[in-house]
Amino acid sequence: MLAFFTPSSGASPNAQEIHTLYVITLVIALIIFFAVEIALGYALIKFRKRKGAVPAQIRGNTRLEAGWTVAAAVILLGLAVLTFAKLSSIQDPPNSGPGGSTLLGEQNNLIYASNQRKLPPNGKALEINVIGRQYIWQFVYPGANEPDGLGAPYSYEELVVPTNTTVELNIVSEDVVHSWWVPELGGKFQAVPGYHNYTWFKVSKPGVFRGQCAFLCGRGHARMIATVKAVPPAQFEAWLARQKQLIAEANHEAAMARAKLGAQTGAGQVENP
Amino acid sequence: MATYAPPIPQVSAQRAEPEPTGWTSWITTTDHKRIGIMYMVTTFVFFCLGGTEALMIRLQLGAPSNTLVTPEIYNQLFTMHGTTMIFLFVVPMMAGLANYFLPLMIGARDMAFPRLNALSYWLLLAGGIVFYASLFWHPPEAGWTSYPPLSESLYSPSGGQDAWIYLIHLTGLSSLLGAVNFYATIANMRARGMSWGRLPLFVWAILTYSVLLIFALPVIAAAVTMLLTDRHFGTHFFDQTEGGSPLLWQNLFWFFGHPEVYIMVLPGFGIVSEILPVFARKPIFGYKAIAASTVAIAFLGFLTWAHHMFTTPIPEAILVFVMLSSFLIAVPTGVKMLNWIATLWRGTIEFKTPLLFCAGFIALFLIGGISGVFLAIFPVDWQLNETYFVVAHIHFVLVGGAVFPIFASIYYWFPKITGRMLGEGLGKLSFWLMFWGVVVTFLIQHVIGMDGMPRRVYEYDNVGHLALYNQISTVGSFILAAGVAVTIFNVWRSLKVGAIAGPDPWKANTLEWFTSSPPPVNNFDVVPVVRSAEPMKDIRHEVQRRDAGATAGAASAPAGATQVGL
Repeated sequence: MLAFFTPSSGASPNAQEIHTLYVITLVIALIIFFAVEIALGYALIKFRKRKGAVPAQIRGNTRLEAGWTVAAAVILLGLAVLTFAKLSSIQDPPNSGPGGSTLLGEQNNLIYASNQRKLPPNGKALEINVIGRQYIWQFVYPGANEPDGLGAPYSYEELVVPTNTTVELNIVSEDVVHSWWVPELGGKFQAVPGYHNYTWFKVSKPGVFRGQCAFLCGRGHARMIATVKAVPPAQFEAWLARQKQLIAEANHEAAMARAKLGAQTGAGQVENP
Repeated sequence: MATYAPPIPQVSAQRAEPEPTGWTSWITTTDHKRIGIMYMVTTFVFFCLGGTEALMIRLQLGAPSNTLVTPEIYNQLFTMHGTTMIFLFVVPMMAGLANYFLPLMIGARDMAFPRLNALSYWLLLAGGIVFYASLFWHPPEAGWTSYPPLSESLYSPSGGQDAWIYLIHLTGLSSLLGAVNFYATIANMRARGMSWGRLPLFVWAILTYSVLLIFALPVIAAAVTMLLTDRHFGTHFFDQTEGGSPLLWQNLFWFFGHPEVYIMVLPGFGIVSEILPVFARKPIFGYKAIAASTVAIAFLGFLTWAHHMFTTPIPEAILVFVMLSSFLIAVPTGVKMLNWIATLWRGTIEFKTPLLFCAGFIALFLIGGISGVFLAIFPVDWQLNETYFVVAHIHFVLVGGAVFPIFASIYYWFPKITGRMLGEGLGKLSFWLMFWGVVVTFLIQHVIGMDGMPRRVYEYDNVGHLALYNQISTVGSFILAAGVAVTIFNVWRSLKVGAIAGPDPWKANTLEWFTSSPPPVNNFDVVPVVRSAEPMKDIRHEVQRRDAGATAGAASAPAGATQVGL
């Protein structure tokens, strides 16, 4: 029943903390909502025009007005304090669990100096690049075997991650503005061309989590789906190795095909040999 | 009282010169009232067009994976809907109401710059025509926010995007000229004795609306000019590969876009502050607090634009600052809500249609105000941003905060404009349909958003109960549309058969009721000296006292008084 009134959450600590913050706000909001609506309804019914009733010619009440101004400010101040108290648990990623993936990269703070980017206390996280394109998400995993970052395994639409591991997302776009969002794993972050945006999640149990691009990116916006599949670390590493192998095989086949085509038509006539 | 009709103020407007007639008189007019009527009729036509687009959107979303319209047409529909409702309905409708009533309320005979006023209207109409002409070619499809790079020529090559840019320019220029005109009129042309502390609250709201427009419009004008030169003249303001920045657009757009929300709702607040006291038969509770909170909201409105950018890569210090400034703006808004309820408190409330729409405004705008606090908490916004929760929020704010006051003002001021009353029965029917229409359509959209449905998607998978929730919303939108249709019918009918209104049918407080209905070209022969914020109340008391003192048997006096104005 509560799920009816609250955003989706439950698979990552940050989403869970946002959920808690939301629920507290909702309780305060509902109290204010009912208090004001009831006051309005009461006034409308109680003070409707009746025979012999005389309207009170009141022009204001400074003490009352100052009172409710201060009360409103105090409630909001309380919400602000609450948000600040929750902030670090929402923004700061925890360390990976003991059973987490061993593919964690040691993150270099000097290169990625950014106040939006948070690292776990031990500085270790699985960093995955999320690339938004009309209308598909690409995920690039660590494991580049060339110095310029090429040769890394990647996947489209489905992001496979190890459980119990802190996953850092480095979100970029190659064309228009997109927005990364998997509700159960935390909030949205826009993929803005020319900028890096960061978020993280940590899934404790295997599962599949559905999300989609949350910022209008053109006619295919509604079909720009992102699925996160959390699997045990060993399975993840096996999947990653297989993915790398498949990509290498496909690249090899493509190179062979190009070479064959080049031999047939004469080298240099094929674009992008 | 038995021998004596209710006191009628001494209406002193004579028809000094014959009213011009014929269609050319409308094209060439500089009379603020005629321009006001043209504004109101034009914008209402656009409201109906925007509403039709909304109904098509809701029909498409009425079933999951629906194929009623193509993704292309769907994107065009929500782009046209948002742009129309904001730039061609709410903002210019407020200008139309202000055009007609602001000079009357402050006891002026016209606006400060009548010809400029006519130009404002024709620019608006030109903007609307250019925009809607794109229907015959290729309408814009990048959303009313038109974020680059999507709105750049590489991704939106069609001329529809340019039509959108021209619409923003022309309606912007129209609003800017109107704003300068309102400001000059209010500053210089008030009746004798109408000090700032006696200005009607609607006029306070229009003054603030004007200042907001004057500050915000140049920024959006610059932004769309940059977009135009990016698209056609080889500049790269928003192109990151050439040293530009897509975030620059977001900052410029929302620096305008957030004050724009207050540009749309502050006049609504003003209308409500005028109407509630009339039907509660009580003075407004806390005149100074309402006027001051209007100005405070306007000021704070310029500090909160980045809350539309919580999910972009921006420094955390800005996230925190904008959350706090957005919280802060809830305080003066909350103060207003309580002041309005206190105005009703211990009154003798007459349940006429204008009062109902004002009460509906309080009930609905409250929901939009509270959901706004959720969205101001930036970690919570990370979940809710760009979903149907936000769609629900903006519609409670804008339908509650702007459309309901506009409908209240239609029922309240129609007698002044036409000399005839609108039907009360149809009015109440229209109110209840619209009120429940809004509740049914938009309340469930909060849940749709929290269940993971982003806005601006032409289709969705039936995950959970999304299909059911969307069907509820679609049904609600047709209830809302039926309510609007009832008012249209009511207006059409009452123009012919409505009861004759007389100069002051509501026994209201402000000077527009001092003249005949409809007012003559020169508005007033004699402008009374204003002694309080409720000059008509003073005048009624004065007439009552004088008549009672003169002779109890002079039955011809009130009849004579009525005659003068009609």
